[in-house]
Amino acid sequence: MSEFIIKNGFVFDPLQGIKGDRMDVAVKDGKIVEPGTLKSPKTIDAAGMTVMAGGVDIHSHVVGPKVNVGRLFRPEDKLFKSPHKSPTCSRMEMGFSVPSTFKTGYDYARMGYVFVNEAAMPPLHSPHVHEEIRDTPIIDNAAMPVFGNNWFTLEYLKNNEIENNAAYTAWLLRATRGFGIKVVNPGGSEAWGWGLNCVNIHDPVPYFDITPAEIVKGLIETNEFLGLPHSVHLHANNLGNPGNYVDTLESLKLAEGYTAKNDFGREQVMHMTHLQFHSYGGDSWGNFESRAKDVMDYVNAHDNLTIDMGQVTLDETTTMTADGPFEHHLCSLNHLKWANVDVELETAAGVVPYIYSPKVKVCTIQWAVGLELALFSKDLMRTFITTDHPNAGPFTRYPRVITWLMSRAARDATMKTFKWLDKTIDATSIDGIDRELSLYEIAQMTRAGPAKALGVSNTYGGLAPGMDADIAVYALNPENMPSDPVEIEKAFGRCAWLVKDGVVTVRDGEVVAEPAKRTIWVDVKVPENAQVQRDIYEHFLKHYSVKLDNYSLFEEHLHNPRVIEVNTTE
Amino acid sequence: MANKITLNMITQRSIEEGVAMEKGKTTPEYFEACSIVEMHDDDVKALGLVPNQLVRVTSECGSVVVKVVRGRQSLYPGLAFIPQGVWANQVVPPRTQATGEPQYSGFPVTIEPVNGERRKSALELVQGAVGMWRGDQ
Amino acid sequence: MPKKIENVGCPYCGVCCDDLVVTVSDDGKQILEVENACAIGNQIFHHATGSERVKLPRLRQPDGTYKDISYDEAVDYAAKVLYNAKKPLIYGFGSTNCEGMAAAAKVAEKAGAVLDNCASICHGSSFLAIFDNGYPSCTLGETKNRADVIVYWGANPAHAHPRHMSRYSIFPRGFFTGKGHKSRKIIVIDPRHTDTAQVADIYLQVKQGHDYELFDAFRAVVRGHEIPDEVAGIKREKILEVADILKKARFGTIFYGMGLCHSDGRNHNVDIAISLTRDLNDFTKWTIMAMRGHYNITGPGAVWSWQYGFPYCLDLTKKDIAHMNPGETSSVDLAMRDEVDAFFNVGTDAGAHFPIEAVKHLRKHPWITVDPNICMASEISDLHIPVGIVGVEVPGIVYRMDNVPIQYRKVIDPPEGVISDEELFERIHKRLCEIEAEEAAKTEIKAAPEGVRAEE
Repeated sequence: MSEFIIKNGFVFDPLQGIKGDRMDVAVKDGKIVEPGTLKSPKTIDAAGMTVMAGGVDIHSHVVGPKVNVGRLFRPEDKLFKSPHKSPTCSRMEMGFSVPSTFKTGYDYARMGYVFVNEAAMPPLHSPHVHEEIRDTPIIDNAAMPVFGNNWFTLEYLKNNEIENNAAYTAWLLRATRGFGIKVVNPGGSEAWGWGLNCVNIHDPVPYFDITPAEIVKGLIETNEFLGLPHSVHLHANNLGNPGNYVDTLESLKLAEGYTAKNDFGREQVMHMTHLQFHSYGGDSWGNFESRAKDVMDYVNAHDNLTIDMGQVTLDETTTMTADGPFEHHLCSLNHLKWANVDVELETAAGVVPYIYSPKVKVCTIQWAVGLELALFSKDLMRTFITTDHPNAGPFTRYPRVITWLMSRAARDATMKTFKWLDKTIDATSIDGIDRELSLYEIAQMTRAGPAKALGVSNTYGGLAPGMDADIAVYALNPENMPSDPVEIEKAFGRCAWLVKDGVVTVRDGEVVAEPAKRTIWVDVKVPENAQVQRDIYEHFLKHYSVKLDNYSLFEEHLHNPRVIEVNTTE
Repeated sequence: MANKITLNMITQRSIEEGVAMEKGKTTPEYFEACSIVEMHDDDVKALGLVPNQLVRVTSECGSVVVKVVRGRQSLYPGLAFIPQGVWANQVVPPRTQATGEPQYSGFPVTIEPVNGERRKSALELVQGAVGMWRGDQ
Repeated sequence: MPKKIENVGCPYCGVCCDDLVVTVSDDGKQILEVENACAIGNQIFHHATGSERVKLPRLRQPDGTYKDISYDEAVDYAAKVLYNAKKPLIYGFGSTNCEGMAAAAKVAEKAGAVLDNCASICHGSSFLAIFDNGYPSCTLGETKNRADVIVYWGANPAHAHPRHMSRYSIFPRGFFTGKGHKSRKIIVIDPRHTDTAQVADIYLQVKQGHDYELFDAFRAVVRGHEIPDEVAGIKREKILEVADILKKARFGTIFYGMGLCHSDGRNHNVDIAISLTRDLNDFTKWTIMAMRGHYNITGPGAVWSWQYGFPYCLDLTKKDIAHMNPGETSSVDLAMRDEVDAFFNVGTDAGAHFPIEAVKHLRKHPWITVDPNICMASEISDLHIPVGIVGVEVPGIVYRMDNVPIQYRKVIDPPEGVISDEELFERIHKRLCEIEAEEAAKTEIKAAPEGVRAEE
C-alpha cells in the first residue's frame, strides 16, 4: 500500500492553519502528496474522525543510562503493571512508569506519535543511548547531549570564548550523534561532584567560578552562533522547591535581547522545560502555592520563549534527571531508594521512585500548576504537552492530560478525589478556570508547536505535501464530541490509524507493522579550530577514563540515521 | 597434633588462576594454580604437615584432594582458601540463601592429610562427576 | 610489515582497559605483541592465535567422542533442543558483546526460556540490594579526578582487576588529584591480608562473614552513636579513626567485591554498604561501586533491563510476559531443583564455576556450550559451538563496571568460517521460527505464528 488516501476526515494542521476542515490526505512512497496526483489509491475512510500529523514529543526520557537504571532498580514497576504481549507485536512489553524500549515504541505509536526527543544524553554514554534507540521500534528518536555542567563548556564560557564553545559543541554533537544543546541545572550538577549545588542563578560553580546565568547566556549565544535547528533546552536551577518561581523568572529573563538565527523556522531562543516544577510560590511545604500565573504572564509577553508543561499525572512513577543534587534532596524527603551517577567532566544523574498521590496536598497543587500553565497560555504554538516522562508521570498519560485540558468536567472529576481539595483550590487558580482547549489547540501543543520549536517542521508535525507521511487518525468527531470525557482519553490513547513513513502501523489501536525507525542528529560544519582540538586531546589524555578514539560513536552503532546539516562556514 | 581440623573456607579469584584460565583449563598451569589450599601456619603445624603435602578437603557436599601451599596473601588462623575454579567447586555448597548465589565463601570444611592419593585433573573431576570420564587417553 | 592497532579494548575484566596496542602480523593472522595489558589480558590475545582453535561445531557421538558438524547442523540441533524443551535455561554472557546478548534474548523470548547471566553467581547480591536501596555511584573517571579516600572492601583488584588501581583509583593523577597516590588515603578491608592490602594506608582484617557488623559499626559512629570495644575483630579505636577519615573525605568511593556477595548475608552486606554511602552523603560526597568481574558482565544487566526491565534471572517461559525472582528463577537454584530440561552455556564456563552438585543436575539434560574455547563446559556438552572472540575477532559494545559503554574493536579475523555470537543466535532464532511454522502447519490446533517485524 505505497499509495493511499485518507478520505473525509476533519483535518487539524496548525502548520498550514487548517482548522478541522473536511479534507483528504494523500500518501505516496512515504510522503504526503497532493490528492490529485494519485492514480488508483487505496482508501482509508476517516469520515467522522479527526486527522492530525503524527505526534512530536519535545521532552521525554525514553532511552539511555538513567532511564535504564530506573528500569533495572524497580522490579516492582513491572509486577502486575505489564500487559501480556500483543499477538500483533514482535516483542514483549514490560513496565509501567519506565517501560521497556519495545513498550515505549509501541505505546507512542498507539497514541499516534512518531517523533520523540530524548531529553538528556550524557555524552560519555552515547553508545548506550544509540543501542536503546535501535531497540525502540517505530518512533524516530533524537537525543540531546547535556552541556550545562560540561568542563569544556564551563571553561570556554568563563573566558567568553563563544566561537571555541561553538566548535566544541559542533564536535560533541557529531561525537554523540546528538541533536541539540540540553542544559540541566547549569553549574549545579558540577557542584554536586562535591556534594554541593548552585542554589540560584548567581551562585558560582565551585572551582570553575562561573555562574549559572553566565552558562545559560553563553549557551544561547553559542546556539544562535551555530544556528542549530533547536534552541537551548533548559532545565532551570532550583527545580521542585517552594518559592522557585523567582529563580524561574530570572532564568527566563536571561533570554531577553536574543533573537533566533537559523534556517529551520524556529523562533525561540530558549525552551524552558517542565515548567510545572519551576512555578512554585511559598517558602515551605506548608504554604506551598502555585505561581503559574506570574510565570505564564512573562512567557506570554515574550515570544522568543517556548515551554512544556511537565504535567503531574498523580501516578506512582520514577523520577530521573541529570539534576543530581535534586534527586538527593528528593530521597531525603521520601526516603526511598536512590541511584546516582556522576559522569566525569560532563554531568550527573539521579533516580528516585516517587508517588504523586491525590491524598497529598503538594502533589495535587503540582497537578493544578501544570494545567494552569497551559490554560493561562495565550499561544499554544509555544506551549507543549509533556509529563517530563517519567518524572511527573508516564507519557502514556498524555491522553488523560489532553482530556483534562479539553474538559472542565474531567478536571472536576479528578479534583473530587483530592483529600485536600479546599487547600488545593486556595493555593491555586485551577478552580476559577473554565477554559477548555480545542482539538486545534491540542494539535498545536502536540505536533505543530513542538516540531517548529525543534526546527523539524519541514518534515514532522504537519500534513503539507512533501512532508513525511506520518498521520494519526483519532476516532473523535469534532462536530459531535463525546459527552463523557473518558471517551476523549480513549480516543487519544489508541488511535484509529497511524501511518508512519507511509506505512499503516497502527489500526484500531493495535500495532500492525513495525516500520524501520530513524535516528535524527545534527551535523554542524565549523571552521577548523586548533585550540579546541588541542583542549579535547588534553582532557582525554589526562582526565577522561576512556580513549578519545573510543569516545566518538562508531558509525556501526548509529542506526538508520537522518542527518540535519548546518553549515557555519559559508 | 590432630589428624583432622575444621576450618572456615573461602574461595576467590587469584591472578594465577586468571592467567591460567585464559590459557586453558586443561593446562598444567591451571592445574597448579587451582588445585591448592592456603592455610595459616598455625593450622599447618597443627596438622603436622610439611609444605606441598596433599590433603583432603571435605565439606557438607563433597571432597577434593589438593596441595597445601604457603600463600603470599596471609590468612588468620582458622581460615582456609582455595582459588576459585574446578577444585574449589567440588566442595562449594550449592545453597544460595534464596539469592541465586552459592556459598562460595564461609563454609566449614575438614582438612586431613592423605597418603597414596593424587590430585585429580580438572577434566577427571568434572567429567567424572557427570559420568563422562573415560580415563587419560 | 606488522600492523599496530591502537585503542584496543581488553576482553578480560570489568576494568575494560581501552588503551591496548596490539601488533598483528603482515598477513593479519598472528598476534605478535600486546602492549599495556595485564598478564591476563595479554594471555587472551596471545591465546587467540597461538593455540589450536576449535573451528567447527562438535556434536557428541554415542561412543562419547566429538564429531565435527556444520554450523547449519548445529543451528538446527540447538533450535530443536530449545523447541522441545519445556523450560530451557540460557545462561552465561560474561564474555560476549551486547549485540550477542540482544540476539540471545530474542531467542529466549521465542523459545520460552529462562535467561540468566553470570551475575547470578557473582554480583546478583548487588542487584538485590540495589532493588531495595538504590545505588549512589559515579563513573571511574570521577573517582580518578576527585577522590581523596578509596575503600576496597572484600575486593582484591591486585588479583581480579589488575589495572584498576593504576587506571582509576589509587595511583592516577586526575584533575583535582594532581598528586596522585600522595593525595589519597587507601583503606582495605578483607579477612585476608591480600596483595591489595599491601598498598593500603589502613588495613582492617575483618572476621570472615562479619562484614555486616563492621558496616553497622561505621554507620553508628558516623551518626554519632557508641560502639563496643571490638566489632568483627576490629578494635573500636581503629573504627573511630577510619570513620573520621570517611566523614572528612572530599570525595570517596567504596569499591566492594565478592567478599560481600559470596558470604553469609549476601545482599544484606551490600545493602548496608549502600546505606553507609547514603549516610556519608549527609556530610560529604561518597559513591559506591561493585567490582564487576568480566569485561561485559555489566552488559546483560543493561541490555535485558531495557528489553524486559530485569537485569538477570529472567523467566520468559510464558512467552508473553517476563518474570524475575532470584532464588526461584536463578540458575543454580533452578538446577538444584531440577526444574530445567535443557542448558545453554554461553560465553562462560558453568562446568568449572558452578558448584559441582549443580553441574550434575544440569547434565541430566541436553547441554549446549557456545564459547570460543575448550573449557569444562565444552567437555561435558552434547554440542559445542565455537564463536569468534569478542574484542579480538569480533567488535561490539561492552559495559564497563561503572556502566560506561565502551566500543570494542576487532584486531584480527576469526578463524575461517567461525561466526559471532550475534550471528549464531540470529540463525537459531530464524530456525526456531521455521520449526514453529512447520509444526503449526502440521497441527491446525496450534495458534497462528505471531506477528513479525515489517521489514522482515
